[in-house]
Amino acid sequence: MRLIVHNMLSCNIRGVANKFPLRIEPKKIIVKEVDFNPDFLKHMIAKIDWKALVDGARSMGYTELPDHAPDTTTLESDESFLRKFHHSLLELHLEEGSLVCSETGRKFPVNKGIPNMLLHEDEV
Amino acid sequence: MWFLCVFYHRLLDFRKPEVEALAELFGEEIAENESLQWRLPEHHHNDTPFHFVQLSSEEIARNIAKRSILVKGMYELWGEGTCYEELKESILSYPDSRKLQFLTSDSTFRISVETFGKALTFEEQKDRIQSLTYIPFEGRVNLKNPDHNFFLMEMIESEENNGLQPILQRRIFFGREVGFADRKLLPTFQLKSRTYLGPTAMDAEMAFLMANQAKATSGKLVYDPFVGTGSILVSAAQFGAMTMGADIDIRVVRDGRGPDCNVWSNFKQYGLPMPVALLRMDNNLPPWRSGLKEIFDAIICDPPYGVRAGGRKSGGRKILRGTVDPYTVPDDKRTDHIPSTGAYSLVECVHDLLHLAARMLVMKGRLVFFFPVLRDETGGEVKFPEHPCFKLVAVSEQILSSRYSRVLLTMVKVEPYSEEIKEAARLMHLEFRENHLKWLEDGNIHSSVFKPIDSSQIHTDPKAFKDPKPKYRGKYV
Repeated sequence: MRLIVHNMLSCNIRGVANKFPLRIEPKKIIVKEVDFNPDFLKHMIAKIDWKALVDGARSMGYTELPDHAPDTTTLESDESFLRKFHHSLLELHLEEGSLVCSETGRKFPVNKGIPNMLLHEDEV
Repeated sequence: MWFLCVFYHRLLDFRKPEVEALAELFGEEIAENESLQWRLPEHHHNDTPFHFVQLSSEEIARNIAKRSILVKGMYELWGEGTCYEELKESILSYPDSRKLQFLTSDSTFRISVETFGKALTFEEQKDRIQSLTYIPFEGRVNLKNPDHNFFLMEMIESEENNGLQPILQRRIFFGREVGFADRKLLPTFQLKSRTYLGPTAMDAEMAFLMANQAKATSGKLVYDPFVGTGSILVSAAQFGAMTMGADIDIRVVRDGRGPDCNVWSNFKQYGLPMPVALLRMDNNLPPWRSGLKEIFDAIICDPPYGVRAGGRKSGGRKILRGTVDPYTVPDDKRTDHIPSTGAYSLVECVHDLLHLAARMLVMKGRLVFFFPVLRDETGGEVKFPEHPCFKLVAVSEQILSSRYSRVLLTMVKVEPYSEEIKEAARLMHLEFRENHLKWLEDGNIHSSVFKPIDSSQIHTDPKAFKDPKPKYRGKYV
């Protein structure tokens, strides 16, 4: 599971208020190289919740991201930032672990890189 | 500029929509509610493989032909006629300013003869090429790799088909090839050599057609909410898109049939970049964070019709019907608990899909999906799913059996997601929950497809028996 998708997921148990972001409890992290595509990254940057990305990257052991996303106007020229963004968004891979809801403590397991977001019968 | 577009003679309904989508992808300017201009050759029926299309440049025509699945080639027409005398007049009257630059002495060329509906001997082909001496070819012939490729296409009147008129009459075309199809694509990706397959894996040809309808290309993010074995995403990835998929069945998505036989190995087989994410989730109760929207450029999928593979959603059969209350899973069993799921009707499934697309697609993003329809003898109007955010731009039917077919719908997002739409979807979601049983029965394709034929309808007198099915031309191909 990459941070790009972690950034989209929340806890959808009925009645929960503080659903996003889910805390990452990693057990096994892999770094997988992905082709650098600046168009895709620029497209994504507006949609990402920056704080969740920074915290997620920290819990996976990557601390190079700045606390705030830079201005979109300077993005074109800032390749080193784009590379860090690319690495944290797409190359850090949670192979085994869980995503934990901060309010209820419910753990959504991640096995073989695939998060299981299915709710149990009493959570619906 | 008008180009002669020659199609492969199959999946007739899918041909023009594919060209329209690709034209838009490659930069053809098409006004709001307009489409490309098409023209038929004289005395040809719409099912003919030959169509004239207007495109603003040769480059666009070339790009369309290269990426298309159903276009065999695009040609600049130099002349046409019902016989060789007419063809000569037509070619001679075509302006020199368009011809001479391709006939120069420092270029190489080749003339190929293609026939439709008959076979010509080598001698006959040579004769036809020789008859073109009035065209001032100054260059050298190169049969392997010419600068310019010319085609002489000759066809005879096609046969009568089920009592319907023939689709084309005797005609001869002569043109310069501007673009041609990539013939290696389908043999490489065909399902029979794919590592990981499932019963509903989309065949390669159709998957590429869907990816073309969705305008999948580099830099775009494509999502499949019913990913299964990933057959649709493979095609989108081949065209350069980043892909993402989800499924409720964890065995299909995570485990596959082993460590070398799963969704990831399908991508590895073709050297394609892996999907950005694969998830297990329920489309009926999605875990997207609130505020997340307009993130996908295209959603391409084949939702479960309920005929051979039914959809599932969270709940469990008895819980959804209200027979039992949801049970609490004991803590020690929680980690490995597999939640029970219940039937997910096609109506609710499509409603959730449209809602997902309305929220998660970027403006002008495309939703491409298959929708099953019963083949009604009375030929009544079929109602397709609608949503205020979407405009339906293409409908292509593929006949599956005598009872039903599936239609590929292409919708473009034209209105933004609003609070009203969110609220309407929420109310509909509750409605589906309250009246679970009623919605299961409605639009149940499965029972109609597998309904036994009423034996009283079978007549014993062969002369009185009239085939009630309407005659279809090419939709079976």
